[in-house]
Amino acid sequence: MSDIKKMATRDGYGTALVKLGEEHEDLIVFDADLAAATKTGVFRKAFPNRHFECGIAEGNMMAVAAGAASMGLVPFASSFAMFAAGRAFEQVRNSIGYPHLNVKIGATHGGISVGEDGASHQCCEDFALMRSIPGMVVLCPSDAVEAEAAVRAAYEHVGPVYLRFGRLAIPVFHDENNFKFEIGKGETLREGDDVAVIATGLMVYEALQAAEALKAEGIHARVINLCTIKPLDTELVLKAAKECGRIVTAEEHSVVGGLGEAVCAAVAESGIPCKVKRVGVNDEFGHSGPAAALLKQFGLSAENIAKVVKEF
Amino acid sequence: MTDLEKKDLAIRATKVRMGIIEGTHAAKAGHPGGSLSAADLFTYLYFKELNVDPKNPQDPDRDRFVLSKGHTAPGLYAALALRGFFPWEDLLTLRQIGSHLQGHPNMNSTPGVDMSTGSLGQGVSAAAGMALAARHMGKTCRVYTLLGDGEIEEGQVWEAFMFAANYKLDNFVALIDKNGLQIDGRTSDVMDSGDIAAKLRAFGFEAMEIDGHNFDEMEAAFQKARETKGKPFGIVMHTIKGMGVSYMQDAVEWHGKAPGDAEYETAMNELNAHLAELEAK
Repeated sequence: MSDIKKMATRDGYGTALVKLGEEHEDLIVFDADLAAATKTGVFRKAFPNRHFECGIAEGNMMAVAAGAASMGLVPFASSFAMFAAGRAFEQVRNSIGYPHLNVKIGATHGGISVGEDGASHQCCEDFALMRSIPGMVVLCPSDAVEAEAAVRAAYEHVGPVYLRFGRLAIPVFHDENNFKFEIGKGETLREGDDVAVIATGLMVYEALQAAEALKAEGIHARVINLCTIKPLDTELVLKAAKECGRIVTAEEHSVVGGLGEAVCAAVAESGIPCKVKRVGVNDEFGHSGPAAALLKQFGLSAENIAKVVKEF
Repeated sequence: MTDLEKKDLAIRATKVRMGIIEGTHAAKAGHPGGSLSAADLFTYLYFKELNVDPKNPQDPDRDRFVLSKGHTAPGLYAALALRGFFPWEDLLTLRQIGSHLQGHPNMNSTPGVDMSTGSLGQGVSAAAGMALAARHMGKTCRVYTLLGDGEIEEGQVWEAFMFAANYKLDNFVALIDKNGLQIDGRTSDVMDSGDIAAKLRAFGFEAMEIDGHNFDEMEAAFQKARETKGKPFGIVMHTIKGMGVSYMQDAVEWHGKAPGDAEYETAMNELNAHLAELEAK
């Protein structure tokens, strides 16, 4: 699997915007001086009249997008996750979430794999922030194919959607010719009854690799891809809890408030006896370094998932 | 504007003021001071300036009004009720459980409210987004937003102003209710905003200063706003907070406090006397 094609999910975002832009006149894009990095630059090139630069003012951009949505347009407002979910949280909460306006937030550079830019730009809190807003859909695609499909689904969904994309090129393991995506539905990538690894984003491929390694040791791990962090596919999670009795969650996000806590809550409230362990950033800030090395250092790796599985 | 038109507007503005007092008194909460300072503007907008239809509040081609200083919702609600968007009696349900009249405007519950606001500095951005979208969609409608002079301390306001000027949104009008007071005291003491009109011009606006209680001056300013091309328009309205109720006028404590029963009586007596005076003219 070493020669698998690699691409960043942010590239899937840009590609999907161009395709959707050709189909839908009402799709517009806002940027806060990061069009090249968020990959909306390709949309700007294709549809210069439907791309609006907001300058370095993310809070204003979110409320501007809300106003545009109220007029009937479908705006994608783009920035880095840190600024889209973090800096502009209150604008997203009050001007987009509360009025339930049809704004799509395209947040790139999520997680620690931002790499060299360091902790100030490594947003590991966005799931927690965005999950807390009533009516907000939160998506985190696992590869560029899923990213494209998620952007399309976000466009088609009426209401606010937060999409988290990564900077790092990661393996593209979905088959684009044979992939169906539905908001709120998880994807079982591998069957197994000893343990379920429920992952999102770039941790999905790591989970698949961990399952392969565990198989050699006689442990059969189910691997579930939850692109939709909210609304959680509770049915699929509880099925895993019931059938496997042990769950490991894996996310490139703080263990506080993200996928892991969402799964814990669902399992705990169900009454199904099932142990849950969380792989994620352990309530600490990141730092500068190459993405691959950081992922390894912070335990966001197949090796660490396998290790945690064996600790049950 | 004819004297008759002015008289008509003055009568309606007095009724809007009565609605503000009725609503906040019934709610035992709310923001009468800044609602009263903007009561003449609310009246002018909904009875003279805005192209809106109470029978079709979601008309896609209507003019938009965003109350960026959302806490003065009692004034907006009174004007909307008087214009026929919903029954006048609804004002007495302000801030109650089950009421469509939330403490701050909610576009999804109240007919005629174009944007949910309340967190200061955000409505102006939404209004700029509406103006940009309207132009992009080829609509001829105009977008108006009202800010407080305390509100403009929020940095986002200036981000929005930069945005409006950058995109030459000449369908966008920013109104600033300069009543000189905010919760913690005189605006000049809390955070002096200096020459607001000059700041607007420096940001790329065409700007005017008017007496915010004078309908002739409003008419002239809105006329100039419509004639101004290639730039957004700003109107700094010099007003008196609490205008129309003697003990609330220019009194900081009436920013966010409702009148009690005795205060309600006094206020309504004053407003009724003023109404009778206007009608006798």
